[in-house]
Amino acid sequence: MSSSSYPAPTPKPLISSGKTEKKSRIDPWWGLVAVVVALILILNFSSPDPYNRILVFLQEGIWVTVKITLISFLLVMVLGLFVGLARLSKNTIVRGIATVYVEVIRGIPMMVQIIFWYFASPAIVQQIGTSLNNPALANFRPDGTTMAIFGLTFGYAAYMSEVYRAGIQSISRGQMEAARSLGMTYFQAMRYVILPQAVRVILPPVGNEFITLLKDTALVSAVAVPDMTRRGREFQASTFIIIETWVMVALVYLVMTLLATRLVSWVEKRSKFER
Amino acid sequence: MEPIIHIENVHKWFGTVHALQGVNLDILKGQVVVVIGPSGSGKSTLLRCINRLEEFDEGKIIVDGIPLDSAKNINAVRTEVGMVFQSFNLFPHLSVMDNILLAQKVVRKRGQIESENKARFLLEKVGIPDKAKYYPLQLSGGQQQRVAIARALAMDPKIMLFDEPTSALDPEMIQEVLDVMTDLAHEGMTMVVVSHEMGFARAAADRAILMDAGQIIEEAPPEILFTNPKQERTKSFLSKIL
Repeated sequence: MSSSSYPAPTPKPLISSGKTEKKSRIDPWWGLVAVVVALILILNFSSPDPYNRILVFLQEGIWVTVKITLISFLLVMVLGLFVGLARLSKNTIVRGIATVYVEVIRGIPMMVQIIFWYFASPAIVQQIGTSLNNPALANFRPDGTTMAIFGLTFGYAAYMSEVYRAGIQSISRGQMEAARSLGMTYFQAMRYVILPQAVRVILPPVGNEFITLLKDTALVSAVAVPDMTRRGREFQASTFIIIETWVMVALVYLVMTLLATRLVSWVEKRSKFER
Repeated sequence: MEPIIHIENVHKWFGTVHALQGVNLDILKGQVVVVIGPSGSGKSTLLRCINRLEEFDEGKIIVDGIPLDSAKNINAVRTEVGMVFQSFNLFPHLSVMDNILLAQKVVRKRGQIESENKARFLLEKVGIPDKAKYYPLQLSGGQQQRVAIARALAMDPKIMLFDEPTSALDPEMIQEVLDVMTDLAHEGMTMVVVSHEMGFARAAADRAILMDAGQIIEEAPPEILFTNPKQERTKSFLSKIL
């Protein structure tokens, strides 16, 4: 929807660059990041054994954690939207299914859900496969990372759907009415009128969900996914270096969540409405 | 002549409240009808039933030959019926220009150039050609409402509905909106206007209707309804607002 070639005066930009804000001399957030990063570096270089050994061992796990976080989050954003819309549906059956899904998921610990997807759900498929004499199903053995992503997505989408629902409901009814009165279908109105406005409202809670998800990926270490926490446990088990291992794991998580926090607030600032 | 809006025995309940109690009304093409009445009398509800923003429980409404019964028909009717709201309901995340372009492109499937030409023509018509690039919240209420009128007109509606279009405006901005509406009326647009602006009714309306308690109490040309009403309820209502 861009309109070009207007000899109109330039109005104030809708999207603020965030640059106009006054910056205090020392940003406490950057200070914290600097301290944590400095701590990691000091530990790494002052006593490479064990800290450098731990870092090297964790490295792969860090990438697994980042990968699982990003993939799950993308899927959560999509699935959460559909569930959120279903929760707002006029159709009783659609709304009912979505409501049951959200309530069930929110009532079960994330840890149990992940274990269920990895251990119980393949077992169910295998039993069905055996009784149907279907070897493909009977020998079903899914990959841990896939099931972990599946479990996180399915679990977090329930929470995300509530975020979407609140965001959509925060947009005044008149917006939908105006769009519909212009002849738009429900989905056109959602796509062009409601969601673009709702997105601005839900950014802060979505950012929170992202950071919580990042931290909750540690749960996948329970199902043999070699994420950072898993790698930490493996290192501890083989070396009996306990304190240093978990200090390092904690510090790396902290750097990741601090960076994620800043990323979230940067996105928020970029998309703020100027009213 | 076939009426362009045919309303027959329409009933509407909000829970236990009987908001519309058997309303009958025929409006001919090109007529301008002003609806007045106390708050809660059902005048806005009736208006919103015409493009089915409000569902009704009984009776039937036929707009331009299309009965409001199926979802498909409702969308067909809505593209022919423009609506202007008390609270403007412009899309705050889109510029004035994009507000007017959106439905043209999405619903009417018009191209960029055709839509833009239409939008610029309409902004000229409502007297704010220089505001195309502004965002709604940067405009005054009167300007926003004129954009809303332009946005509705961009769909080339056969009928325009106005739901208290000046009630949310500061007094000095009311006239600029009424002027646009008066011009529209003189161009032959079919209009149903819920408003207590007597000056507008006198200048532009063919018929004035008083509603109370979900029913049409009295109908007459505006001059007659305002100065020489027959019904007691009309008299008592007018004495309160004049």
